[in-house]
Amino acid sequence: MLSKLRYIALMGLFAATVSQADLVIDVQGVAQPTPVAIVPFGWEGTAPDMPLDVSTVIIDDLKRSGRFDPVSEDKMLQKPTDGADVDFQDWSFVGVEAVVVGKVVQTGDDAYTLQFQLFDVFGRRQLVGFRMPSITRATMRGAAHRAADMIYEKLTGIKGVFGTKVAYVTAKQQGDGRLYSLIVSDQDGFNEHTIMESNDPIMSPAWSPDSRQLAYVSFEGSKASIFVQTLRTGNRFSVSSKPGINGAPSFSPDGRKLVITLGGVDGNPDIHVLDINSRRTTRLTTHRAIDTEGTWSPDGRYIYFTSDRSGGPQIYRVSATGGTPERVTFEGSYNARPRLSPDGSRLAMVHNDRGNYRIAVMNLERKDLLVLSTGRQDESPSFAPNSDILIYATRQGRNGVLETVSADGLIRQKMASRAGGDVREPVWSPFPRF
Amino acid sequence: MMSYFKLFALAAISFLLAGCPQNTIPDPDPTDTTYGGDTGASTDGMDDGDLYGGESFGDDPSAGELGMIIYFDFDSSEVRAQDQDLVARHAMQLGNNPGIRVRLEGHADERGSREYNIGLGERRAQAVRQMLMIQGVSVDQISTVSFGEERPVSFGSSEDDYAQNRRVEFTYPN
Repeated sequence: MLSKLRYIALMGLFAATVSQADLVIDVQGVAQPTPVAIVPFGWEGTAPDMPLDVSTVIIDDLKRSGRFDPVSEDKMLQKPTDGADVDFQDWSFVGVEAVVVGKVVQTGDDAYTLQFQLFDVFGRRQLVGFRMPSITRATMRGAAHRAADMIYEKLTGIKGVFGTKVAYVTAKQQGDGRLYSLIVSDQDGFNEHTIMESNDPIMSPAWSPDSRQLAYVSFEGSKASIFVQTLRTGNRFSVSSKPGINGAPSFSPDGRKLVITLGGVDGNPDIHVLDINSRRTTRLTTHRAIDTEGTWSPDGRYIYFTSDRSGGPQIYRVSATGGTPERVTFEGSYNARPRLSPDGSRLAMVHNDRGNYRIAVMNLERKDLLVLSTGRQDESPSFAPNSDILIYATRQGRNGVLETVSADGLIRQKMASRAGGDVREPVWSPFPRF
Repeated sequence: MMSYFKLFALAAISFLLAGCPQNTIPDPDPTDTTYGGDTGASTDGMDDGDLYGGESFGDDPSAGELGMIIYFDFDSSEVRAQDQDLVARHAMQLGNNPGIRVRLEGHADERGSREYNIGLGERRAQAVRQMLMIQGVSVDQISTVSFGEERPVSFGSSEDDYAQNRRVEFTYPN
């Protein structure tokens, strides 16, 4: 059983080797992007070049958001690296609304300071000035994403998610069988780390609210078990391995419990709440239909889930302490896999749209449904922590690929895995904690 | 034809081993189907047909030549009429051998959401389990697992691919 499983344990997620740009991202922005200038960052250090081209990381982040159009370097009339040298007249002439200047200063063998300033060209004023001391070569990309997040938030009023991560599962043909991998990468596809590998299926990854752990389902030994794995150490423990279905884990907002699906020997899938420390389970639903895919509301009061108690699958919710479930979705014959936006205002799901399985979002106040994706077989929607973007899996030929879409449906991007294979079940991490 | 030749060769060898008798009647021409003149009697060749043809399938000694997979209609967990005999034969085998165990692996096609499809695969495995139990198989002999859409046998997205993936497999672990 153990030999069948190739388990990449104890790798140390943040210390493992880095494969560059494993996901290639293709943007299809349709909104009117704001022109901005990110001036090439200055470099003061012993080597001829800075360890990472910080301004390019920031440019790529802003471009990929679909909301910004960074001007090319050859259009710039000046290239200051310090705010004191910015000439607003010049930038006004170039036609940008905002300018970013900055530099990286080496302060030790593997110690750097990254600083940047953001200016409003028309208002002729500084909007952000920020310095990050004690950056290392390993954390420089993260620091650049953090700068991009601050710029994005200042200019849009929406919190940036460039510093977040995504987890997903890939399946590849390997000899007669398949190799399943659970992967964590930066949200731009860089820094792919395989945190678990198996010849048996891996399913349903879920982030803990502190983004330090992932829960997932593994079929190693041809039986379903739910594991919780700590990313930094690679250590994992089984939290549920009962007869029949052990599936669909999702953390409670306080991180102490999981909502899971248990089927039992008689195979009646129901929603249960599992206390992670004591391993005690409380059964929340008892209907003989399929009840699965439970997820907590951000306030912790409700559990939303999929049930086919009325025939086809629809979304219901039940109080997290138990009670009578109430139906939430009524539009269409198939609504499954609910996920709430972190601000609690919207519900994402897989919705059958005239024979196509697509990602739809329901405004919980107005109850209207907006179909966001255009594929035939789209699945596994997951909100970014700013509630403004979703990631999901779609088909490209025989393989699954990842796409993101803004919650208003206007900006869609494709992420094609360079490593190949069938990519599925993306889940967006919570905000990192600095 | 080959078997006649073999018989003839065997006869010849035993003849040689027995030593050379004095007055032997020569063997008739083996290619003749009738001989001995017109007596009103006739003989007929015996055709073995396909008795020695065909091929073995499945490598599970405890299950013999029983079919190991049954298929399901779209959105259905009902065992089709043509598969009920197969389930009955598994039931008989399990009933006659209380020491062996079967794992029923339920599968779904790729449409829709993955964990819901785990539920659909389990429902199919349970339909077969119920049928086995009604026919006297002990509850301890049966386990179920649903792989949902995670282990397709056909990787395309046509109706034919889907039909091949909606299935329950009988697995007899060693």
